Amino acid sequence: MIPTLRQILKVGIVTEAPPLPADELRLRDSLHGQILRTLGRALCIRQVDAGSCNGCELEIHALNNPYYNLEGLGIKFVASPRHADLLLVTGPVSRHMEIALKRTYAATPDPKLVVAVGACGCTGGIFGESYASCGGVGNIIPVDVAVPGCPPAPTAILQGILTAITERQRT
Amino acid sequence: MDFSALGIDLETLPGAVPVRRARTSVELMMKACGAVREAGGVLVALWGGDDRDRGTGYTLHVALQDEAGLLLVDVALPEAAPEFPDLSRMFPPARRMQRAMFDLLGLRARSAPPAPGHPERRLGADPRPWLRHAAWPEDVHPLRRDFDAARRFPATQERYAFVKVEGDGVHEIPVGPVHAGIIEPGHFRFSVVGEKVLRLEQRLGYVHKGIEKRFESLSLMEGQRLAARVSGDSAVAFAWAYCMALEGIAGVAPPPRALALRALMLERERIANHLGDLGALGNDAGFAFGQSQFQRLKEDLLRANLGAFGARYLNDALVPGGVAHDLADDARRRLLEQVPALKQEIAGLRDIYDNHAGMQDRFMGCGTVTPAVAARLGLAGMAGRASSQSWDLRCDHPHAPYDRLEVRMATHLGGDVAARVEVRFDEVMESLRLCRVLLEHLPDGGTGAAMPAVPAGRLGIGWVEGWRGAVLVALEPDAGGAIRRCHVHDPSWQNWPLLEQAVIGNIVPDFPLINKSFNLSYSGHDL
Repeated sequence: MIPTLRQILKVGIVTEAPPLPADELRLRDSLHGQILRTLGRALCIRQVDAGSCNGCELEIHALNNPYYNLEGLGIKFVASPRHADLLLVTGPVSRHMEIALKRTYAATPDPKLVVAVGACGCTGGIFGESYASCGGVGNIIPVDVAVPGCPPAPTAILQGILTAITERQRT
Repeated sequence: MDFSALGIDLETLPGAVPVRRARTSVELMMKACGAVREAGGVLVALWGGDDRDRGTGYTLHVALQDEAGLLLVDVALPEAAPEFPDLSRMFPPARRMQRAMFDLLGLRARSAPPAPGHPERRLGADPRPWLRHAAWPEDVHPLRRDFDAARRFPATQERYAFVKVEGDGVHEIPVGPVHAGIIEPGHFRFSVVGEKVLRLEQRLGYVHKGIEKRFESLSLMEGQRLAARVSGDSAVAFAWAYCMALEGIAGVAPPPRALALRALMLERERIANHLGDLGALGNDAGFAFGQSQFQRLKEDLLRANLGAFGARYLNDALVPGGVAHDLADDARRRLLEQVPALKQEIAGLRDIYDNHAGMQDRFMGCGTVTPAVAARLGLAGMAGRASSQSWDLRCDHPHAPYDRLEVRMATHLGGDVAARVEVRFDEVMESLRLCRVLLEHLPDGGTGAAMPAVPAGRLGIGWVEGWRGAVLVALEPDAGGAIRRCHVHDPSWQNWPLLEQAVIGNIVPDFPLINKSFNLSYSGHDL
C-alpha cells in the first residue's frame, strides 16, 4: 500500500487544460442551445467502432488517461447507447456493421449528437467505398461534428466532442 | 528437414528472412505439411490467389514455419473444381482460414471421408461462412479478379448457425457486435450454467472492409500505407513486413540507419501496446491505479514519438527502401534519456503489481491455456510464449538489425493471465534495452534506398515479429507498378480460437480480463 500511495504522491496531478471548441469541425446544428447547455454539463458517450483499423480507438482510450482526464470534465463513456447523449463513431462503416450502427443510433434517446472520428469516419479514408465498406459515418447516420486525422490526437477528438456540446460562436 | 527426399524441389526467395518456396502438387503439399507438423513446425498462414488469367486456375498458398524459416508451398487448383484436402486436422488454425478462403475466393477445403463405422461424425472442414455475413451472396467471391470492387448487394438478414449447448440450466449470453467498452466489434456467444462458461463461440468478420481487394487498386509504392492500417496497433509491424516483401522482390537492402530506425519504431510500438495492456489488465482486475499509471507512461512514450518522428502513431513512418524521416540528433538524445526513466517507473509498478494480493488472485489460474493445448492448437506470438511456445522471429531468424542485437526471448510455463502479464513485463524491459542499444549505436548514413521498377510475376514475403506475434505479408506485383495480390496475415487468426479454449470453465465476469490478456485484433483478422 505504501509504494502505491508514494507513487500517487510522486506523480501528482498531470491533467492539462482542454482545447477550445472549433466551429470548422461542425457539420450541422441539430440541438437548441438550451439542450446543449444541459447536455454539456454531464455528457455520456457511447463509442461505436463501425469498422476502424483500431488506431482511432487507441487515441479515444487515451482521453481517459490522466493527462486528458475526460471524466474530470464531466464526460464519461457508457456501456449502452440507451444511456448515451452522444455517439462517438469511428469508420469506415463496414457493410457488416451498417445495421448494428443504425440500430445503435436508433437506441440512443433523443436529443442526441454524433461525432465522427478519423479520416475514415469522415470520408472512408484509405478504405474508401466498396462491396465491403460504406465509407464515412455520414453515409449511414446524421453527423454533427467530424474530426479528421489518422488517427486524430486525443486533443483533436476532445475538441470535436466539446464542439458538439457547445453552441456555434456568433460572429 | 530433407524435402528433396519427399520429391519436393525448393527455391530460395530473395529477401531479409529465410523463405523456401515449392510449387508442387496437392499430394506433395500434404506430405510437406505432415513432415513439418511431425518435426514440431507450425502453420503461419493460408491464402489463395486467382490466376485464371494466366491459365493456371487458382493458387493455394500454405506458409509453414520450421527450424529453417518459412516454407511456402504453392499448389495450382483447377478452375473447374478449386478444392483441396482439409488441413485443419493437421493444423487446427487452418479451420477459419479455410472458411475465409471460400468466402473470398471460392476455394473449398474438402472434408475427409467419415470415419469407418461413424458416418455421422463430421470431420474437418466447417461449411459455415466466416468473413462473409450479409454483404455479398454465397456464390460471389470478392477476391476473384473478375469481381468489381464497387459492386454492392442489397443487405440481407444474416442467419448464422451457432452451436447449441443443451442441458439442464444451460443458457446463452449473446454479446456484441457493439461491445460495452471502447473495443472493436465482434460477437461472443456464451453458453453458461450459473456463472460458469461451458462454451464460448465467436462470430467475427464485422469489420471486414475489403482490405485485400483494396490493395489491388493501389500502386506498389503506396501499399505500405494500407498495410499500416490493417491493424492500427501494429502499424509499424505491417508496414515493415510490406516494405520487406517489396524490397525482397526488388533486390534492395535499406541502409543500416533506416533498418535501425525501423527496429526502434517497432520496439516502441511493442512497448506502447504492452504498457496500454498492463494498465487495462490492472483496471479489469479492479485496480484503477494501474490503469492511470500505465496509461500515463504510454502517453509519455507517444508524445516522445511525436517529438522524434512527427507522429504519435507511426502509420506513415516507413516507405519502401527505408524510412520517411531521419531522426535528428537532439531527438535521438531525448529518446535515449527516456529509456532509463521508463525502466525505473515500470520496475516500480511491477513491484506493486507483483505484491498486490487481490490482483494476483484475479490473474493466477485465470484463462489458462496449458503448453500442451497451446502446442496442439497452434497458439502464436506473445500469448504463445506465455504458454511455453518459444517462437520469436527476432530470435529464430533475426533479420537486420536484430542479427546483432541478441534478443532475449521471454517465455512462461503458466499459460494464464498472470503469465501473459509477466511476459509483457519481460518484453517491455527487453525492448527498452533494445531501444537503448539501437539509439547508442545508431549507424550514420542515408535513410532510404532508391526503389527500381519490379517485374510482374514474382512473389515477395515480409515477416516481422510485431508486438502480438509474427505478421506476414505476401506481395505479388503486377505490370506497371501495380499490386496484383497482397495477402496480410495477423497472428490473431491463430489465437482467437484459443481464447475460446482459455475461457472454458472460467466465470463470465473473468472474460474481460482473459480477453484483454490476449488483446487480439479484430481489424487485422477481419480484413
